[in-house]
Order: sequence, then structure tokens, then C-alpha cells
Amino acid sequence: MNELGMGQAVNQALREEMARDANVFIAGEGVGVSIHDNPMFPTWGLLEAFGKERVRDTPVSEAAIAGLAVGAAEAGLRPVVEVMFSPFFTLASDMIVNHAAKLRYLSGGKSSFPLVVRIKSGSGFGAGCQHSHNLEAWAAHAPGLKVVMPATPADAKGLLKSAIRDDNPVIFFEDMMLYFAPGPVPEEEYLVPIGKADVKREGKDVTVVTWSRMLWVAMSAAGQLAADGIDVEVVDLRTLVPLDKETLLASVRKTGRLVVLHEATRTGGFAGEIAAVVMEEAFSSLKAPLRRVTGPDIPVPASPALESAYLPDEAKLTAAIRSVIDHLY
Amino acid sequence: MTISVEKQKEMLWTMILSRKFEETLTELCRVQGKIPGMMILSTGQEAVGSGVCAALVPEDVIISNHRSHNHLLARGADPNALMAEIFCKKTGYNKGKSGTLHLAVPEVNAPCTTTVVGGGLPIAVGRAFAQQYRGEKAVTVCFFGDGAANEGSFHEALNLASLWQLPVLFVCENNMYAGAQRYEEHTRVENLADRGAGYAMPGIVVDGNDAAAVYRATLDARQLAIAGKGPTLLECKTYRCRGHGEQDPQHYQPKAEIAAWQERCPIPRLSGGMLSSSAITAAELAALEQKAGDIVAAAVRFAEESPYPDPAEALEDVYV
Ligand SMILES: Cc1ncc(C[n+]2csc(CCOP(=O)(O)OP(=O)(O)O)c2C)c(N)n1
Repeated sequence: MNELGMGQAVNQALREEMARDANVFIAGEGVGVSIHDNPMFPTWGLLEAFGKERVRDTPVSEAAIAGLAVGAAEAGLRPVVEVMFSPFFTLASDMIVNHAAKLRYLSGGKSSFPLVVRIKSGSGFGAGCQHSHNLEAWAAHAPGLKVVMPATPADAKGLLKSAIRDDNPVIFFEDMMLYFAPGPVPEEEYLVPIGKADVKREGKDVTVVTWSRMLWVAMSAAGQLAADGIDVEVVDLRTLVPLDKETLLASVRKTGRLVVLHEATRTGGFAGEIAAVVMEEAFSSLKAPLRRVTGPDIPVPASPALESAYLPDEAKLTAAIRSVIDHLY
Repeated sequence: MTISVEKQKEMLWTMILSRKFEETLTELCRVQGKIPGMMILSTGQEAVGSGVCAALVPEDVIISNHRSHNHLLARGADPNALMAEIFCKKTGYNKGKSGTLHLAVPEVNAPCTTTVVGGGLPIAVGRAFAQQYRGEKAVTVCFFGDGAANEGSFHEALNLASLWQLPVLFVCENNMYAGAQRYEEHTRVENLADRGAGYAMPGIVVDGNDAAAVYRATLDARQLAIAGKGPTLLECKTYRCRGHGEQDPQHYQPKAEIAAWQERCPIPRLSGGMLSSSAITAAELAALEQKAGDIVAAAVRFAEESPYPDPAEALEDVYV
């Protein structure tokens, strides 16, 4: 095992897939020469390794970057393009939502669009709401896209490799704070399948479903609650679309209690989808109403004093877990 | 056209104040935990904001971008409230919600700073539309970088503003870099001002380190706009002497290039001319420097002594 940050793990996935398949190329703002001359960042060193033909620095033109991916993918190339910060997904979104997601359908299944859009996401670095806005639920609401949002460096690497090999458009959200949180990554080559959730901690009393950086909040809260005899199971969704209902429902049927945790804002957040699936398919297993722990319905504020009020944390999660445990009809 | 001594002094003053303000930020943002987030400065580019704003009247509007401090100070924003917002304090212009990147100061008709590259241009079109709609004798200025000229929003905004002959000045602050990309690496056209022709509007190139030239060009463009003759694209050629942000090691910017542009610093450029034409004395100049230092020191004190917002305030101001 190597200890790598998520950016380094992404970097390895890109290197391996570019070496394996000459159709893979990367493009985006600063993917070659970046203001971050830092090996913790995902595309560091790729320009030197693969050259200007395959590592394309683009102008500040998100619509063109995403459109480039759509057009090149139709021709059989395997573009991996980057959106520098998730709020700028909106500038790329016509090409992603109206084109990448729909053109295969519109062709009657004749065309395919094997592309990956990597989106640097998350809050917690004091830059405010035009750099921090978790939009995974937007992507999940566009049929035709797969949506991946890993929490560990190992999952990020294996999932990105799968995404690059997938024949569908995949939106791959990377939480930037995880670039600086090293974790173990296997040395040998491996893939992590898209559409498979992972039980990161087994428990019998309550299920916490989460993804991306919030996994670490869930793991730490679970550790705290274990001291009080509350046994938390933590399900890391890893992929939002297609949703691994099997793992989700099996866990809920086992524990009978569910808390969904995400960093994104509440209304229209993906927790609502999980809640609906559980109500439709495992209602009778529930011993208590499920709870959501999410960002509040506000833009992410810049001030650290306010941003910490935004971010879900262990205190908010443990309170929610205790409330579903203590629930009495 | 000769520029009145008073106007020269105004430009010189806002440049000196802005420089002092940002040099202080350079120091402060090195202190761990003092200022959150990014720190994006216009050190060396002050002639653009200061030259443009000197040509405006209070009723005019400016829309700014991520490199906004100079624009806002030149527009007359209060250094205390500005500094406090950069410190993300409760007493800041935006109660800690915007920080340095999205400073909104409607008090001086600078209602929007957007850090979405290119985001300001269509908004400026809307603001200018309101001026035309209401028959106001005022214009809207939009500041943006050379990188922004490659966003779709640039092209859509210029076309619409031209089509409807809106009173808007598109001020491109071409500092030769967009992030780590040199101008030639993102754009083939020699002058971005040339793109004005594609939208049937004047495209003017001006030396962006010459405050007087920027001032004159802005006056002309403003006059056209007020006369109902539509928008102008004004490209101010300048140079980004610092990194994109203060954490940027500038590893891709040639040292000699930076040094050469530092030689062309807009402040001595203006003050030198003023000294030789006796528009200002050396003693007056020293007094301005001193005053700027005092104001900025007071602003830092104000920001440091101010409280952070209460966490519960995070939930306020989302809706009216
Ligand atoms: C839509 C969008 N894409 C990317 C970014 C990231 N970004 C911030 S500033 C910048 C470069 C902008 O260059 P330019 O417009 O020339 O302005 P300058 O920074 O040189 O003043 C980039 C790419 C952004 N903020 N918004």
C-alpha cells in the first residue's frame, strides 16, 4: 500500500489509463501548466509524461471544454476533462446535460459518449459560494449521466479508471479537501466498479448513508458513538447514479434506522432520493423515521465562522443518530 | 486634452491607497489563519481601476471581478469595511458572507463583484439596460480579464449591448496572464480590442499602466455611451506583477519579464509627470504616501478588532 492523497490517486489513475489507451486524453484549465506547482494536485506532472498532444490546457471556456469532450467522445476518443471548481459546472452544463447525457438516446442507441468530466468540489477552504457549491444532485437529475463521488483515495483511483473505461458519460466529483488527506492505495492495478456502494463500517443499530468527504465525519461520529454502545453502520455510496439499492436496502433492513449525510444543501439534495427509495422499498423495516443531516439551504458563506455553521459535522450527525435511536412511537 | 490637477491627484491618490492596501494584504495573508481563502491582488495594475473610475460620476455603475480591490477603492469604497470583509468579519461590507472574492458595495454603485470568470459582462448589460430604460445619464463599466474574453458570456454580452446600443463600457484588464496561461497560449488575436469590430463597436487599445491614458479613453467611451451611441470595448494592456493569487509561486512567469514591468509601475509614471509639471510637490507626494499608510493601518486595526459574525447569521440574507 502507498499513502496517497486523493489528487495523487487520481493522478495515478490518469497515468495508468493514458499509458494503457492512446485514446485517452485530458483537457481543462491548468491541467498542464498550473498555478499549483504541487504533486498533491491531480494532473501534476502529466504534461511532462504525456506531452502537449494529450494534455491540453484550454482557455477559460467551460462550454467549449465540455463540448470538446462530447465531440471527441463521439469519434471514439476517451476524453477526461476538468471543471476547475464545481460552481463552474453550470457553464459546462449545456454540453453535459443537454448533449452528453441525451445524444445517445437521441441517436436511438447508435452513438456513445465515453467521456469523463472531473469536477473539483467541496467547501471548507474559505473561498465562498462561487467556489464551493456541491452540485452532485444536479448531475444525478440528468438521465444519461453516471455520477461518482468517492471518499477515499483508493476508491477514487479505482473508480476513475472504471469511469474512463465506461462507455457512458461519467461525472466524477472530487472533494478538494481530500487531496490533502492521505490514505492507503494498493500498489497493484485494480478497478472499483461504478454502481457499487461500500460498507465502510459494519454496525447493527443504525445505518448512515453518505459519500465523499462526509464519510470521514460519519466514521468519526461512529467511533464516538461506539463508546456509548451505539453500533453505527456506515455505507459509502461512492456512486449516486446508478444507485446501489441492494447495499442500501440490505443495510436499512438490518439496522431498521437510517440517517443520510451529505455536504450539499438540503432541498432537492440527494438524501431526498435515498429517503424515497427506502420508503418505497423498505418502509416496513424502519423502526424510526429517517433523518437527513445536510448543509442548510444557503450559499456557502466565506467567513470561517459562517462556513463552519454550514458544514455538517460530528455534533450534528451524532445528534441525528441519537434521535433516531431514541425515537419512540 | 489636459487633465486637471485635481483629477491627476485623484488618480494618484487612489493608486497609492490601493497599492498600500494590497501590499499590506500581501504581508497579512502570509500570517497563518489571519485571512481565509484566496488572496487575489492587482498590484501594478492600479492605473486601470483608478484611471477608469476617475472618469465616472457617482451615478455610474461598476461591475467587478475577482481582482477587485483597486476597482472598489478607486470607486470610493470605505477601506475599513472593505478590509473587514476581506478578514471575513461581521463589520465587513457583506457581513462576512463574501470575503475578498465577491465584495459587493452597492453604496458606491459597485453592486456586484463576481469571481465566475466572465460572469460580470451579461450583468453589466442588464445594469446598462436599466439605465437606458429609465433614461438615466449614466453608464455601466464592466471590468474583466483577458481570460474572460474566451467565455461565451463575453461574446453574448457584447453582441446584445451593441444590438441595443446600451451605455456600457467593457474594460478588459489584459494583464497578459489568465491563471498560469500567458496571453498567447489562450488567444490568437493580437488585441482583444479587435473583437469589438465583430460586434460593431469601437475597440480601443490603451496603455494600461498609464492612468492618464486610461482616464482619457474612458471619458471618450463614456461620452459615446451617454450620447446613445452604444458600448465600447476598451482593452487596457498591463501586467500581473504578482501571482494569480498570493499562493501562486509564479513558476511559469519569467523573472525578467516581471522585473521589466515593475520598472513600468503606474504610480511613479503618473507622479513623475506631476512632479515635473509642478502638479504636485515632493512634500505633497510624501504626505499622500503617509496618509495611505495611516488609513490602511487603521483599516487593519478595525478589521482585527471586529468580531466574526455569529454562526446563526449564516442563515440570514438568502431571501428578501
Ligand atoms: C467560470 C470560471 N472558470 C474558471 C475560474 C477559475 N479562474 C479564476 S481566475 C482565472 C483566470 C482569469 O484570468 P483573467 O480573466 O485574465 O483575469 P486575471 O486573473 O488575469 O485578472 C480562472 C481560470 C473561474 N473563477 N470562473
